[in-house]
Amino acid sequence: MVTSKYMPLDGANAVSQAMRQINPNVVAAYPITPQTAVVQNFSEYVADGIVDTEFVPVESEHAAMSACIGASAAGARVMTATAANGLALMWEMLYIAAGMRLPIVLTVVNRALSSPLNIHCDHSDSMGARDAGWLHFYAETGQEAYDNTIKAIKIAEHADVLLPVMSCQDGFITGHGVERVGLLPDEAVKEFVGGYDPKYALLDTDHPVTMGAWDFTDYYFEHKRQQSEVLNSCLPIVEAVSKEYEQLSGRDQAILDCYGMDDADVAIVVLSSQAGTTRSVVRELRAKGVKAGVVKPRLFRPFPATQLVDAIKNCKAVAVMDRAISFGAMGGCGPLFLDLTSALFNLGVQLPVVNYIYGLGGRDTMPSDIASAFADLQEIAATGTRGELVRYLGLRD
Amino acid sequence: MAERIRINLREIIKPEERLAPGHRLCAGCAEPTVVRQIMHAIDEPVVVATATGCLEVSTTVYPYTSWNVPWIHSAFENASTTIAGVEAAYKALKRTGKIPADQDIKFLAFGGDGASYDIGFQFISGVLERGHKVVYICLNNEAYMNTGIQRSSATPLGAHTTTSPAGEVIQGKTQWRKPFTRIMAAHDIPYVAQASPHNYRDLMTKVKKAVAADGPAVLNVLAPCPRGWRHESDQTMAIAKLAADTCYWPLYEIEDGYKVTVNYKPREKRPVADWLRAQGRFRHLFRPANAGLLEEIQSRVDFEWERLLKDEANS
Repeated sequence: MVTSKYMPLDGANAVSQAMRQINPNVVAAYPITPQTAVVQNFSEYVADGIVDTEFVPVESEHAAMSACIGASAAGARVMTATAANGLALMWEMLYIAAGMRLPIVLTVVNRALSSPLNIHCDHSDSMGARDAGWLHFYAETGQEAYDNTIKAIKIAEHADVLLPVMSCQDGFITGHGVERVGLLPDEAVKEFVGGYDPKYALLDTDHPVTMGAWDFTDYYFEHKRQQSEVLNSCLPIVEAVSKEYEQLSGRDQAILDCYGMDDADVAIVVLSSQAGTTRSVVRELRAKGVKAGVVKPRLFRPFPATQLVDAIKNCKAVAVMDRAISFGAMGGCGPLFLDLTSALFNLGVQLPVVNYIYGLGGRDTMPSDIASAFADLQEIAATGTRGELVRYLGLRD
Repeated sequence: MAERIRINLREIIKPEERLAPGHRLCAGCAEPTVVRQIMHAIDEPVVVATATGCLEVSTTVYPYTSWNVPWIHSAFENASTTIAGVEAAYKALKRTGKIPADQDIKFLAFGGDGASYDIGFQFISGVLERGHKVVYICLNNEAYMNTGIQRSSATPLGAHTTTSPAGEVIQGKTQWRKPFTRIMAAHDIPYVAQASPHNYRDLMTKVKKAVAADGPAVLNVLAPCPRGWRHESDQTMAIAKLAADTCYWPLYEIEDGYKVTVNYKPREKRPVADWLRAQGRFRHLFRPANAGLLEEIQSRVDFEWERLLKDEANS
């Protein structure tokens, strides 16, 4: 284990610091609130010669991902960052990056998608991209955003993965919130991520390769199956890299961050910063004798189905918190709920689960909101009656 | 560019064929001819990006490829930015010593007129503004041929396409073409040129200038399409030549955004009707009722030609 140096940093700057230490070959990016700080800070490292990176300040997010794809295919280590509509503009290229198996690392500082226009946090941007073939990390804190960024490079570039990774944190809440962030020594990060020597690179002109060929009915299907297999089977690699990073940093990197789950009767499953509020409410409830718990998945894609079901299977009632709506899905529920309930069904676990849509467009979710959700869960646990499937927290009626 | 570039066919037809035969482009398609002329004119190793389109789908039918050089296709609109990403990686890897400092690689992007004039327009502009050292080539067959001959902003006035059909009321496309070459030059980049494969010496000289330029370069190359233009497949080069002889497609170059050189001035400027008559897509223009349209096209061509000569004289 190495000693981290602690600094007051906002979440965006924490990612910039990770990028400085990773020293990628190419960063192509376009500004959008609340991601802008990531790239602004990084531009200073480029301007001061602290990194060797070729920075490509493109004219749109679609161009950002297009340039990243070209650079990654060329054989470079590549990173970028975006949010909300910027991620939506990249949509086409997200699928192409994954289909071409290019290990690009993208920081998403989560922000609500238009319309109406809103610059504040929710997960509608990255959740909309959940079927694009990327790995998705979600960070509770700036510290986790920093840690995930470093792990993401090593996982993406792993010879048995070679897939792009989206590393998400909550816009403004952690993105602009200053907290105590421990940075590993520069050398430790450099050593951890290692070099990147892809087997195939466009710049290897002595060994020409064709990338992005036209794939007919006779091969496309098999290629998509291969891509799916890789993403679905890379969880052990994510776990191994996380373990290695945990030993290096001394910080917990488990796929699931569980609190109070050993004996919980009622539990909440929630991504990112809201897990902190939830944990504090759990602590208060536990002081009152309520067996409450919280599960925070750090990884959403590939979906850690077995681990999640194992974590909650002994509960009497569970709530899944979603900061996004899967419009038109059953009851207007959110994507995390959809995935978790189908995992429960397929693993043969029957328990009452409700969905809370919360915090859209940056709406604050207070400890009292979380407490009311736990009160609902206790009621469901006591009566065995689930009631309304999809509910809202902090919504004005 | 003071040194005179000589194109010696014997030297230029290298034993190495960078675009191999056996691809699936149509008989008579100008695109493979243009692509081979371009790559034969370059001595250095190249990396090529290609936009979605005829060239891409016909040369890389998995598991086959016609490309003996590193090649990438990512999407329709962004061949320019994709190759700019490759060029950025090249600079970065040279800086770290992974690529030797003395290695010289040239970067090419090919896109059709739809990919260049329309959907990829912003991307190209961004690449030029940022100064990536790449050559962007528009293979201009004046419509979306790969999807079945739809009008683009490169399609000229009066042309019949499947989305600008000649009907009872409307006689083909109702707008003139976008002045793409001039807009590219307006980025004040080192080198922009318009060329045609029938004049291979001119095209290949321009390629040599483009790859030697200290910054971005754009070539807009006419690429007749027998399917879309409705001409016999053995008439491709003759039709390309007619475009130059009628001054419908002047061969010229613009250096550093202002220095205009007209590379071919026909001794006798033929009427544009000669060019139009050779192609089925303009057949309806020769109905008596459309005489006014013919006149309008001729006056457009005359205006552009005169303006070009004036620009040359003034630069």
